[in-house]
Amino acid sequence: MADGADDLRKMEHPLDIPCLKPGAMEGLKPFIAAPEHQEKVGFPGELLPDWKERALEKMAELAEKNRAFQVYLDICVKCGACTDKCHYFLGTADPKNMPVARQDLLRSVYRRYFTFAGKYFPWLVGARDLTKEVLDEWYSYYHQCSECRRCSVFCPYGIDTAEITMAAREILDSVGVGQKYSNEIIGKVKDVGNNLGLNPKALRATLEDLEEELEEDTGVSVRIPLDEKGADVLLVTPSADFFAEPHIDGLLGYAKVFHEAGVSWTISSYASEAANFGLFIGSYENMREISLRIRKAAQDLGVKRIIFGECGHAWRVAYSYLNTLAGPWDFLDQNYPIPQHILEFTWGEIQKGTLKFDKSQNDHIRLTYHDSCNVARATRMGDTPGGQFEIPRNVIKSVCNNFFDMADETTRESTLCCGGGGGLLTDDLMDLRVKGSIPRMTALQEVTEEHGVTHMAAICAICKTQFSKVMPKFGYDMDSVVSVHQLVSNAIILTGSEEDEDADTGTEEETSDE
Amino acid sequence: MLATIYALLFYAATAILVVGVVMRIRRYARIAAPLKIPTTPAPTTAGGVVVRMFMEVVFFHSLFKSNKWIWLFGILFHLSMWLILIRHIRYFTVDVWWWVQAVQFFGTYAAFTFLIGLGGLLIRRISVERIRYISSPSDYLMLLLLLGIGASGAMMRFVAHTDIVSVKAYILGLMRFHIGHLPSDPVLLVHLGSVALLMIIFPISKLMHAPGLFFSPSRNQIDNPREKRHLAPWAAKLEQ
Repeated sequence: MADGADDLRKMEHPLDIPCLKPGAMEGLKPFIAAPEHQEKVGFPGELLPDWKERALEKMAELAEKNRAFQVYLDICVKCGACTDKCHYFLGTADPKNMPVARQDLLRSVYRRYFTFAGKYFPWLVGARDLTKEVLDEWYSYYHQCSECRRCSVFCPYGIDTAEITMAAREILDSVGVGQKYSNEIIGKVKDVGNNLGLNPKALRATLEDLEEELEEDTGVSVRIPLDEKGADVLLVTPSADFFAEPHIDGLLGYAKVFHEAGVSWTISSYASEAANFGLFIGSYENMREISLRIRKAAQDLGVKRIIFGECGHAWRVAYSYLNTLAGPWDFLDQNYPIPQHILEFTWGEIQKGTLKFDKSQNDHIRLTYHDSCNVARATRMGDTPGGQFEIPRNVIKSVCNNFFDMADETTRESTLCCGGGGGLLTDDLMDLRVKGSIPRMTALQEVTEEHGVTHMAAICAICKTQFSKVMPKFGYDMDSVVSVHQLVSNAIILTGSEEDEDADTGTEEETSDE
Repeated sequence: MLATIYALLFYAATAILVVGVVMRIRRYARIAAPLKIPTTPAPTTAGGVVVRMFMEVVFFHSLFKSNKWIWLFGILFHLSMWLILIRHIRYFTVDVWWWVQAVQFFGTYAAFTFLIGLGGLLIRRISVERIRYISSPSDYLMLLLLLGIGASGAMMRFVAHTDIVSVKAYILGLMRFHIGHLPSDPVLLVHLGSVALLMIIFPISKLMHAPGLFFSPSRNQIDNPREKRHLAPWAAKLEQ
């Protein structure tokens, strides 16, 4: 497609390093949160008159509360190893999008006010005063980081720019300059229970429609229960799964898997959101408040297990933080991981042999898989390190005949962000989102040329939305991105359905392969 | 006079180095890591974390994955530095320990790899556009200081020998709070002065990366958040 694609950088390969273009993304700013959005999240409505003092106080406070922030500000040696690792740098060539340069926007101020060298020899160590220009620059460039942690993998000290970005956003919030997209959404979760602001009544109607559709399509009554007390499993899934494509097909996949596994489950209208944007703005308190909704829902519904749907950062908050923020989970069944990922569940059922598939249902697809950044570098699935890479691929290979991985340096722990993570999935940042996706799109184009890949699967609501928006700019249809459980949904043979009867009378071939 | 100035300089430098680093480490140890943030895949046991840290500290594993040139120059410089430091222990003990004796040869010629490593890092800092962009004056000066220490040391070892017996006697004296005679060889004075300066700036500069690495949560945390509840003391107060 021609629109907007002409000024996009052509990359020789997915990690092709550009020459620096200083100022290329200067002044790019997402919309600023309105006072009512700010206040709902517990921050001042607009820029405070004494913002400078307050910002420095907040910086000092964070350095006291978060070891990562303090250590990472101190120990960077400017070796340059991270400079070519950020997809936004690769896509925009703006040097301030190099991870170390992004950190230095804040580190330079930290040095000026909190270190000996910066206080007395600022010119020597690149320290600078905190001015309104610096604050604006923070707002701009700390909203050009998707907190994907790719730089952290390659840093000899593990310095994680995401930690600095989160701290910077928290400082900005604390002086009254918040980002509209993230803060408005957090407010909606607190009011209604999900990012979309979908109230329980509307949610129930949506799920009932989906149930009807499912029955029409399959001839089998597959349920999508809401607020059912006494169910075994509470499913917490991103609210995009209730209405957006291709997310919704993933939700149908979960429902079919639960149905075939014979496990009773429910969605909660109170905690109808897996996403937790408190992570993006670095706010422990907000992240905790949202997580506690899940605890309350689990207790009210009397479930035994919690399973999370396909969502990248949500799985990070769930896997890594839920126990911290909303635990202990002593009232749940301790025989299952708390919480569990839907892919862990599905893979477990596949291994037990409870699910039957007709893989040929996905034969129109030649597939690759995009490791979502938060899942890849901030979580695990299963019992062994790296399970977060293998389990999704195992499930995919169980339901799909044509699977091809993208280049090694762009998958697994080296995966490239989709370009829309970390609170940047908003139209006012579209230019950045498209440019940030170029490295991933280039890797995709390589497997398309080599293996004729037509589709890319993802397990993150943000990735799916982002890709369906940007893929058309790179010559793909918007439905070329698919949910992993959409593929499961395509291939699964429901007990009592027509395919099931065919399979029973036919050969065992289709059902016996794992 | 010179002997006294250098004696006071070294007493001050040692105090600043030790007190400064200890204070900084205590600060790192005191501050909580509120959340589990190991960069995954991460080890699921404490033993696994020890292996991971060992691979980072000794082999610069992440840097190896990241950039082969920086890794090569970096590891050349750091390993040479260790050999040289160990070799220098001989000037602090009356009898030279056997293992110090054993590295004598390697510690001597490590001067060249030390200089090559640092030179490579300096050339990259100047010639690679991206690294030049992120460099401050202090980043260059730090490399020049280390190069100065290495070059002056190599000069005394390979070009114009200093009166090393007197130097050793002077150092042994300082360790017993006795200021003896210090040879006034200018290369020696540059060498010792630069080392003292390096010791002084250590706790207030990026050189803190050495102890700091051990406190990096993305590397030193165990990946077991589902099995074991992690709660920072300040976060526990929110639950009351």
